Amino acid sequence: MTTTTATLDQHGHEADHAAHHTSLPIDNRKLAIWVFIGSECMFFATLISTFLVYAGQSLKGPFPKDIFEVPLVTAGTAVLLFSSFFVVMALDGAQKGDRKKLLTWLSLTVMCGVFFAGMQVYEFYHFYHLGLGYTTNLFSASFYTLTGFHGAHVVLGTLWLGTLLKDAIKGRIPPKKSLNLEMAALYWHFVDVVWIIIFPVVYLMQLRS
Amino acid sequence: MATTVLEPTRTASLARRSVIVDWLTTVDHKKIGIMYGAWAFIFFIIGGIEALIIRTQLARPEATLVSPDFYNQLFTMHGTTMIFLAVMPLSAMFFNFFVPLLIGARDVAFPRLNAMSLWVFVLGGLFLNASFLFGTAPNGGWFGYAPLSGRQYSPGPHMDFWVLGLQILGIASLAAGVNFFTTILNMRARGMTLMRMPMFVWTTLITQVLVLLSFPVITVALILLMADRLFGSGFFVTAMGGDPMLWQHLFWVFGHPEVYILILPAFGIISEILPVFSRKPLFGYSAMVFSSAFIAFLGFGVWSHHMFSTGMGPLADSFFSLATMLIAIPTGVKIFNWIGTIWGGSLQFKTPLYFALGFIAMFIMGGLSGVMHAVAPADLQQTDTYFVVAHFHYVLFGGSILALTAGAYYWWPKMFGKMLSERLGKLHFWTTMIGFNLTFFPMHFAGLLGMPRRVYTYPSGLGFDVYNMMATVGAFFLAGSILVFIWNVIVTWRSGERAPADPWNGATLEWTIPSPPPMWNFTDEPVVAGKDPVWTLKREAGTRTLPEPVAGDGRGIHMPGPSWWPLVVSIGILSFFVGFMFDKPWAFPFGPVTIVGFLLTTFGTFKWAYEAPDAHATNH
Repeated sequence: MTTTTATLDQHGHEADHAAHHTSLPIDNRKLAIWVFIGSECMFFATLISTFLVYAGQSLKGPFPKDIFEVPLVTAGTAVLLFSSFFVVMALDGAQKGDRKKLLTWLSLTVMCGVFFAGMQVYEFYHFYHLGLGYTTNLFSASFYTLTGFHGAHVVLGTLWLGTLLKDAIKGRIPPKKSLNLEMAALYWHFVDVVWIIIFPVVYLMQLRS
Repeated sequence: MATTVLEPTRTASLARRSVIVDWLTTVDHKKIGIMYGAWAFIFFIIGGIEALIIRTQLARPEATLVSPDFYNQLFTMHGTTMIFLAVMPLSAMFFNFFVPLLIGARDVAFPRLNAMSLWVFVLGGLFLNASFLFGTAPNGGWFGYAPLSGRQYSPGPHMDFWVLGLQILGIASLAAGVNFFTTILNMRARGMTLMRMPMFVWTTLITQVLVLLSFPVITVALILLMADRLFGSGFFVTAMGGDPMLWQHLFWVFGHPEVYILILPAFGIISEILPVFSRKPLFGYSAMVFSSAFIAFLGFGVWSHHMFSTGMGPLADSFFSLATMLIAIPTGVKIFNWIGTIWGGSLQFKTPLYFALGFIAMFIMGGLSGVMHAVAPADLQQTDTYFVVAHFHYVLFGGSILALTAGAYYWWPKMFGKMLSERLGKLHFWTTMIGFNLTFFPMHFAGLLGMPRRVYTYPSGLGFDVYNMMATVGAFFLAGSILVFIWNVIVTWRSGERAPADPWNGATLEWTIPSPPPMWNFTDEPVVAGKDPVWTLKREAGTRTLPEPVAGDGRGIHMPGPSWWPLVVSIGILSFFVGFMFDKPWAFPFGPVTIVGFLLTTFGTFKWAYEAPDAHATNH
């Protein structure tokens, strides 16, 4: 059993060097991304635990309730959630060879990534000017570390998707290479899922503390 | 296309490349494995020399051979080196060289990622040891307990080397974890179902799961400590409300699985050797598989047994006591199965079997003192004494190192095409056993008499003197046994017997191909119909030895080509982390060296990605 059987039938054995026998019905690279995501879960679980252990333990302000801007973050959350839908549409376009669909939805996804990263940069800048530096208190250090690492993942994912958009514009993502986009999409969904945990746990639940 | 086709002309042009360029750019899992072994052995010698200086200082009471501060650096670097730079990469040598051979593959799933793991490990190890050149080696213990490891109590760059060095090494382990997990699940020969895999492949797989789930935790802990030290946050600073206990929890959530990361590969090696030298299949194969998995699972639920003395309360103490004792069950299953394997077997008393039997005896002793630690009230007496030092050297040296040595004697012929001397091998074994027990057995008594760990010296008249002198004599004896091994390698390298493909009447696939194997491993992809496939082949052929295989010229076999980018990316990663030390990052978080490292990593990653968009390693 291989995932690439269909590809082999279409393109012939010699022509497609990417096709090879795998023990499980999943491509090596896709399996590796899943494994990597599993490892990343522990990374964010540890960061979120650290934030929760120190919630309400700060000796001086500003505290979460003093500075959180829920409408802004809600907007960012919505944009990131929609981008997960957009990347699914882009992948569908890539798999069906629908160039217009691929380019449209992938561009939208990249724009969402840029918007979210921009939202976070603005938020950090805003907090800093309200007196919340990295070393101000335990809340600030654990908040900036957690959301900062999430933001770094968003930036990395945006760069990855942006690179694929460049490839797609040059016509380098034909259906048989749609896995290149599928891997980035899996990673992007993961980054999104982490935020779905961060948004209630870090923002909504801390509003009274 | 992405593929490099190894036609004879291409092979010839590869041979003309300089040897150094060849080894720097190789993506061949066998060469990478050999380099892992060579570097790990160098670091092992460095860690051994540190141990000898420690033992010389402790030989007599009130000695002043080294200063207290240098002593702190020695024991910190000895522990850090032996765990992260010796035992883990020596295991990685066997993962690299033998996992693809044991599962019948031509390489790992991601050959260039594999090369990157190697170079990140080498550069990280050199970076950690470079701290000695500045006289500022890490000095806060291998577990870096906060707040001792924080800025206030460890000023200067000592612990910065440790915090940054371990983050670099973690990247190597995580990349290798993804790579070997994928390789084992996805690149097995046709017919090799999971429950037909050799035990060493199983324990490697389980070890990678432990790495993948525990290394992210220590990575976060190190990031938090780095933020405290370099940026001035207060995660572990009590004056800012921080809690040093968080460090201990995070460290041991990683640290206890790490113990099994060190010992499970050793279990696998022993499970390969005993059947071959007993002429019997492994006893209770599936029980061995499930006990390994159960040990790994429990390994995540026992971390606080390292913290009984912190006063967690009776409920937590009881839970972690019981969970720890539970681990004795699957471990006992393994030991009884090993004994069942050799029971009634036709034992071939070669050096690998000597070391494997030595492993079982020594590991049982270390395991028993381990169960003693699980009893929380007793542990309060033993913790931070030499009793603990004795215990973990029985499991780490008597366990891991003896098993890795057994593996080295077992697989040396396959790796280098030369037989090691049996006479010197047995001398190596007996000197190791005498030196090891003379060094570490007396430490049990010194510990029970109350001698604390990590002390720079001790007064006379407390009953420690004789045990310390014994341990020091033993340590030098043990160092002598390593010299015997080195002598064995040199002598047989020059004029040793050439190894046949199957010197031990082996059961697994690596013995069907020439020694050393050709670059493409298997000229014809193997098909497997059961466990111990090579024994099945021999039985069907009615012979004890298969005809000597011919390597052939590898015509038409597709192998990935060499690449510079793994090395470039590794240098970028090193530069990224080193930059945090030299740029005064508390003035501005990212200085020029860090930015250069980031750009180099990004540039290398892009070149890497576009060098071969479809990473693949097997023929089809």
